[in-house]
Amino acid sequence: MPGEARGARRDGRIVIVGASLAGLRAAETLRDEGFEGELTLVGDEPQLPYDRPPLSKLVLLGKAGAEDCGLPARRPIDARWRLGVPASGVDAAGKSVVLADGERLPFDRLLIATGTRARPWPVPGEAALEGVFTLRTSADAGRLVAALDAGPRRVLVIGAGFTGSEVASACRERGLEVTVAERGRAPLIGALGGTVGDWATRLQRAHGVDLRCGVTVTALTSAGGRLTGAEFSDGSRIEADVAVVCLGAVRNTEWLADSGLAAGPRGVACDAGCRVFTMYGIVTDDVFVAGDVARFPHPLFEYQLIALEHWGNAVAQAEIAAHNMIAPGPLRRPHLAVPSFWSGQFGLNIKSVGVPTFSDQVVIAQGSPEERRLVAVYGYRGRITAAVTVNRAKWLEHYRRLIESAAPFPPGPGAADHLADLEPVPSDVPDPRVLTHGPTVALTGHLPDRRLTLVRHDG
Amino acid sequence: MPADASSADTLFRRITDYANRADPYPLYAELREHKVARQEDGKYLVGTYDEIAALLHDPRVSSDLRNRAEPDPSIMPPEGPPPSFIGRDDPEHDRLRRLAMRPFGPPHSPGRIDALRGDIARISGQLADGLRGKSSFDLVDDFAFPLPVTVICDLLGVPSEDIPQVHTWADTVVSGLDFPPDEDPGARRHAAYEARSAMGQYLGELAEKRRHSPTDDMLSALANEDGPEGALTQQELMVTTVLLLIAGHETTVNLITNGMLTLLRNPEALERLRAEPELIPSAVEELLRYEPPVQFLPQRTPLADIEVAGVTIPKGVPLILVLAAGSRDPLRFPDPDRFDPARRDNQHFGFGSGIHNCFGAPLARLETQIALTTLINLLDGPRLLKDPPEYRNSPVLRGPRHLLLGQGKH
Repeated sequence: MPGEARGARRDGRIVIVGASLAGLRAAETLRDEGFEGELTLVGDEPQLPYDRPPLSKLVLLGKAGAEDCGLPARRPIDARWRLGVPASGVDAAGKSVVLADGERLPFDRLLIATGTRARPWPVPGEAALEGVFTLRTSADAGRLVAALDAGPRRVLVIGAGFTGSEVASACRERGLEVTVAERGRAPLIGALGGTVGDWATRLQRAHGVDLRCGVTVTALTSAGGRLTGAEFSDGSRIEADVAVVCLGAVRNTEWLADSGLAAGPRGVACDAGCRVFTMYGIVTDDVFVAGDVARFPHPLFEYQLIALEHWGNAVAQAEIAAHNMIAPGPLRRPHLAVPSFWSGQFGLNIKSVGVPTFSDQVVIAQGSPEERRLVAVYGYRGRITAAVTVNRAKWLEHYRRLIESAAPFPPGPGAADHLADLEPVPSDVPDPRVLTHGPTVALTGHLPDRRLTLVRHDG
Repeated sequence: MPADASSADTLFRRITDYANRADPYPLYAELREHKVARQEDGKYLVGTYDEIAALLHDPRVSSDLRNRAEPDPSIMPPEGPPPSFIGRDDPEHDRLRRLAMRPFGPPHSPGRIDALRGDIARISGQLADGLRGKSSFDLVDDFAFPLPVTVICDLLGVPSEDIPQVHTWADTVVSGLDFPPDEDPGARRHAAYEARSAMGQYLGELAEKRRHSPTDDMLSALANEDGPEGALTQQELMVTTVLLLIAGHETTVNLITNGMLTLLRNPEALERLRAEPELIPSAVEELLRYEPPVQFLPQRTPLADIEVAGVTIPKGVPLILVLAAGSRDPLRFPDPDRFDPARRDNQHFGFGSGIHNCFGAPLARLETQIALTTLINLLDGPRLLKDPPEYRNSPVLRGPRHLLLGQGKH
C-alpha cells in the first residue's frame, strides 16, 4: 500500500519504558508494521515479560509455577533489553531517558508503559513483617505461594477487590481458613456496585470465607518480627500467619515528576491517539503512553479521562500507540476499545464489558443468581454502559455492541433466558474513597477544585 | 408480479438449488449486497459478517424451532423427543451442553482430545497406506469418511462391528436435512426420523450396559455422571449422543474433502504446506473460512422484532444465517475469495460463534490437521480426476459425495 508508506516514520530510535504486557505488545506491533530502527525495552524487573492474571489464580493454586507465566514471543522483535534497572527520569528537551544506573538512552520517540505496582501496607514496620505479602509480580506470587504451601492456620486478606477476592478463593480451594477485611459494604463493590457486591457477599460466605465488611484493619500484630494476627476497627481481632495486602495499585509515575509531562498519581494523561500531554495540557508528538499507567479520554464515557487496569486494554492500547508512533498523521488511529476484564473466583467466571461504575442502575437481563449464571446490565441516564456476566461470557459481545451504539437502558425484552423478570435497581456505586481497595477502573475527570499555574521560564 | 428468477427474494431457492451446489459463492456475494434479504416465503436471509456476528450473539435469537410462528413440520416433526442442545435455548441448552462437555473437554476433561492425537495419526496412516500404489481412488469413501467415523465411534464407545449400522443410520438422518428439488420430502423425512429413533435406542441400550460395566469412553462417562448437577436423563442421553455421533460423522468428512479439493485447485498452496508444515493449523482455519462444511444455519428464530442493517426481522419468522457468505465478506476479510493458508486475523464462522459455537471444534481441527498432513506427505503427485466433483445433496452440510483423485505417473 503506497499511501501507507508515505510519511511513515520507520527509522530512528524508539525507547519503551516498561517491559510487561503493554511494552512487549507495542514492540511486536512496531516490528509488525515495519519499524526498522533501534528499539530498546527498559524494565525494572529482571525477567522477560510475563503474564500477571495467572498469578492470583493458577499460581496460588499450585497449578502453575510463578516462573512459568512468561508471555509468548509472538515474533522476533530485535530489541535491546535493559532489564532489572528502573528508569529514573525523562529529559524531554534533550529527548533521552535516564536510567537509575545513570545510563542515558536517547530517543526519537518514547513509549511509557510502566504500569502499576501493588499499594503497600501503609505502616512500614508492619509491612516488613514476615508473613505480610502483596501480590503484583511473579516474585510476589512465588513468595506468597510458598507461604501458603507451608499450611498457615489462617490467612488474612486485606481488601476485597478482584485481587483480594481471587486470593481468598484460592485459599479456600486449598482448604485454608481465610478472613477477608473490607472497608466498603461488600466485596467487588468498587468495580461492580453494591447490588452485585451483595451477591458476592453471599458467594464468599457460602464458600466459608470469614468476610468482614465495613471494618478496617487498625494494626497488624507480631512477635519476633513475624505476623501473628490483626486488630480491626470494630474492636475484634484475629490470629493469622499470613496477611495479603490487596489495597489496589499505585501508578508508576514518580519517575516522571520532573519531566514536564502530565503525569501524576492518577496516571499519564494522553489524547485518544495515546500521545502524552505536557503538564500544560499541550499534546506532544514524540511521547506516547499505553497500559495501566495511561489516562485517556473515552467517548463512551463522556470523554472523561479513564485509566484501566485491564489485560485487554493493555494489549489494545499498546497496539494503537505503536501504530501511531510510526504512522503519519492522517493514518493514526484512536484508542476506542470498549473496556473489558475477567476474573475467576469461587468456581465462577466473571467477565465485564464497559465500565460498570459509570452507571446509575443495574438489571439482571439474563439468567438468575439462583442458578449462578447471569448477565447484569448497567445503565447511565437511560443508556447501556456496561454488562457483567457470571458463567455466561459468550453473551458479552451482544452487550458490547449495545454499549457502542448507546442502546437504551434497560435492554428490551426477548432474551430466551430472561428468567428473573426484575426491574432495574440502583447500581449503588460507592465513592472509591470509602473502599479498602483502590478501584481497577478510575474515572478520573479532573476535579474542578484543582488549579494549574503556568510557569514561564526566562528566555 | 411474478417472482423474478434473479431477484433477491429468490436467493434461498437458488442457493438450495442443486444446480448451484458446486459454486454457491456468487449467490452469497449477491446476498451480501442486500445484507438482509426477505424471501418470497417469508424467510429472512442474512449474509454479511457483522450482521451475522450480531445475530449469533443476540440472546433474542432462538435456536428452538418450537418458537416459529408457523411450525414447519418438514424440519420439526410434531412427535418425538425434545430437540438436542443444538436446537435448544439457554438455560436448558447450557445445562445439556455442559453435561455433555464434562467427559469431552475443559474444565473437567482438558486432555481428552489431545490424547487422541496418536490414534488419529495411526488411523490416518493406515487409511493412507491403503491408497498407496492405487492410480485412482475416491478420497471420500477411502479416507475422509472412515477417519472421523472411526474416531467418533471410538470416542463415544460404539463397538467397531456396529459401525456399518451406525453409518447407515447417520446417512439416513442427514439425507433428511436435504432439500431435494424434485421429490416428495415426506418419505425421506420419515426415514430420517425412524433412523434417528433407532440410533437413539441403540445408544441408550449401549449406555445402559456401560452403566453397569463402565469402560473408558464418553458413553460410560455420561451414563455414570455423578457431578453436582446430576446426570443426563436417559432420554437426554440418547438425544445428545445421537447429535454427537451425527455431527462427528457428517462435518469433518466434508472439511477433509473440501481441504484436499481446495489444495489441489491451489497447487502453490499445496507446495507451500509441503515445505512449511507448521502452516497446517492456519491452513485448516482458512479452509473453515473458505470452504466451510456447514454453509448456513437454517433453524434460528427471533423472539422479538430485531432490527438488523435497517431491516426489522419480525418475531417468529425463519431466520437463516449464511455463515459461508459472512466468512467471505470483503468488509471483514481482505481479498476474501483467495485461499491464503497463512491468513492472519482469521475469525471465520466455520464453527459458528456464540453459545452454539461448534461443540466438536477441537476434535474437527485435530482430525483435519492430521489428515491433511498425512495426505500431503503420503500421496504421490495427487490430481483431481473430476472437477467440480459430484456433490452431496445438502446445501447446509455441503461437500463432495465423491472426490476422485489420481496419483503417480499418468
